[in-house]
Amino acid sequence: MIYPGSKTILEVRGLCASVSGTEILKGLDLTVKSGEVHAIMGPNGSGKSTFSKVLAGHSAYQVTAGSVLLEGKNLLDLPPEERARAGVFLAFQYPIEIPGVANSQFLRLTYNTVQTQRGKEELDPLEFDDFVREKMKLLEMSPDFLDRSVNEGFSGGEKKRNEILQMALLEPRLAILDETDSGLDIDALRIVSQGVNKLANKDNAMVLVTHYQRLLNYIVPDFVHVMDDGRIVKTGGKELALELEARGYDWVGAKHRGAAPKVVAKVAA
Amino acid sequence: MSAVTPVTATYLESLLAGQAQLAASPLAWLNTLRAAAVERVGVLTVPTLRDEDWRFTDISLLTKMSFHPLRTAINLQAADIERFHIAEAATRLVFVDGVFAPQLSNIDINSGVLVSNLAAGGAACAAHLGRHAEFHNNVFAALNTAFLHDGALIVVPRNISVATPIHLLFIATQKDVASYPRCLLLAESGSAVTLIEDYVALQEEAYFTNAVTEIVLADSARVNHVRVQREGAQGFHIANCAVSLARTSNYQSVSVALGARISRYNLNVQMAEGAECAVDGLALISERQLADTHTCIDHAQPHGVSRQLHKCIVGGSAHAVFNGKIMVRQGAQHTDSQQSSRTLLLTGRAQIDTKPQLEIFADDVKCTHGATVGQLDSEEVFYLQSRGLSDTAARNMLTYAFGAEIIDRIPITSLKQQLEQTVLEQTASQL
Repeated sequence: MIYPGSKTILEVRGLCASVSGTEILKGLDLTVKSGEVHAIMGPNGSGKSTFSKVLAGHSAYQVTAGSVLLEGKNLLDLPPEERARAGVFLAFQYPIEIPGVANSQFLRLTYNTVQTQRGKEELDPLEFDDFVREKMKLLEMSPDFLDRSVNEGFSGGEKKRNEILQMALLEPRLAILDETDSGLDIDALRIVSQGVNKLANKDNAMVLVTHYQRLLNYIVPDFVHVMDDGRIVKTGGKELALELEARGYDWVGAKHRGAAPKVVAKVAA
Repeated sequence: MSAVTPVTATYLESLLAGQAQLAASPLAWLNTLRAAAVERVGVLTVPTLRDEDWRFTDISLLTKMSFHPLRTAINLQAADIERFHIAEAATRLVFVDGVFAPQLSNIDINSGVLVSNLAAGGAACAAHLGRHAEFHNNVFAALNTAFLHDGALIVVPRNISVATPIHLLFIATQKDVASYPRCLLLAESGSAVTLIEDYVALQEEAYFTNAVTEIVLADSARVNHVRVQREGAQGFHIANCAVSLARTSNYQSVSVALGARISRYNLNVQMAEGAECAVDGLALISERQLADTHTCIDHAQPHGVSRQLHKCIVGGSAHAVFNGKIMVRQGAQHTDSQQSSRTLLLTGRAQIDTKPQLEIFADDVKCTHGATVGQLDSEEVFYLQSRGLSDTAARNMLTYAFGAEIIDRIPITSLKQQLEQTVLEQTASQL
């Protein structure tokens, strides 16, 4: 939601980034204020996923130009863990499995690590158990998920719920949801979206990275941005998503490039 | 690879020199057995890299050192070994530098099982001791048998299930001492027992543990065997274990190798008809450690089932060796065997030689094997970092998880927790 006079959470200026020498982001600008929900849409290969990984600090991507400020602080100087502690959260498109580590153990370790860094109290296993069970209700997750290994044998929907559960625990200032809707059936999509909506408030901000408009029926964005060829080429309100759904991406990209529309069948980075 | 030092007979002679100190046993069969072993030591030589079974395992460091048998036993107090206690184990036999320490041991007389020092062993002992762990072609088993004196004898009578595990604790306390731990477990038909074989040290200098364990399962017996090798950092540990499974018996073993400068574990499992075994292992080593596990599961009869997962986590410039042989003999139809070796190399200098080996002479069997060697996945590390964990903490967690899969299979909660803690500390210290 747009609040008058709200603070800027994320400020991206002229961001260029490459992976293995190939430039993917080519001068991206984006401003996100507290309370807002932004959707970044775009065809496969437009750089959406790269952008989310660059924000979270993935070492495979080299930032070659531009700046990224989180609440005025230079994010690009920080390793991924410090970005997380500063309030960046990335919900992964493909969360990893960690056989041998109980979910409860993992969640508590990440929670306590981040709490300590923020100068707050850690929770012991019993206190944490109560705390996490309460958060799990948001996502209609059974307590069984605590005893299982992290994401091991979880369905696509269960993994995404586990991602949003971590977001609920870590209370980020900026949450980036990378294709959170992919692989979800309607019920799972509803549950995950409800969880996200409950977590959104006037002090944090959400960036939804998505290929399809579907998710935006559940999580209504204040701004919709279209990415193409490593840049944001169009920004509008939530109605832009509907227009993209009806007309596809080509008309936006073509106008921007002033060239013939390209085939949108590249595999996402 | 370091140069092969020729090993002269004098090394074995010097080790055997201490044998003269061993008083003759009142048991005639024991004296005969020792004499046969002494004779073999005289014929055999210490293996070098030229021996097929030792081609990756350089033990020249061992042969450069001189060890002597225990001269003066150290009188330990209960408090000295308290940290090695395993709460679940009602029966504990403690051996200090190879010598039985009754004052530190505790035998639960209500368990229904016969537990004693080998020296007091009777006819059952005579029938089995030295019959399973062959020493005719194995110089270390021969040395152990030549020095056969103290040892753990466990007899689980027919149809008795022992509720609590039996803990054998072998403690090294003195430098330059060679000790020869020995264990014989006889599980009579239909019986069930859990045995913990635990090697620890109270000192950090060089010593030599040369152990032999024999485990005999009669029809339908069940044995859980947990082996923990947490020797001192400069220790040498060479062990031979022979397991003989009769019809439809079941042997489950988890062996964990954490300690010793150089360690070698030979496990030989003989399978009868319808017998089942699960043989899992974890070697977690760093710095300049060498840990070698050689196993052989021999399916000689039909309908046997064997499962094996062996994992190595190798850090520093350590070197792990795994050789897992599965033998399926001609008559062993309908054998079902799976073997997997997985290794995590934590540094560029860490080394693994892994060799799963399948030899099949029957035509109607189901056997699979495989080996993987890898490093931590950078995407996995990034995932954990994005949750606020430092690069080190992330790597620790993933390394720990890799090892935990084996440790989780130990059926004793307190030991499992102890080892999980050790793995956490060890992975934390080397990353």
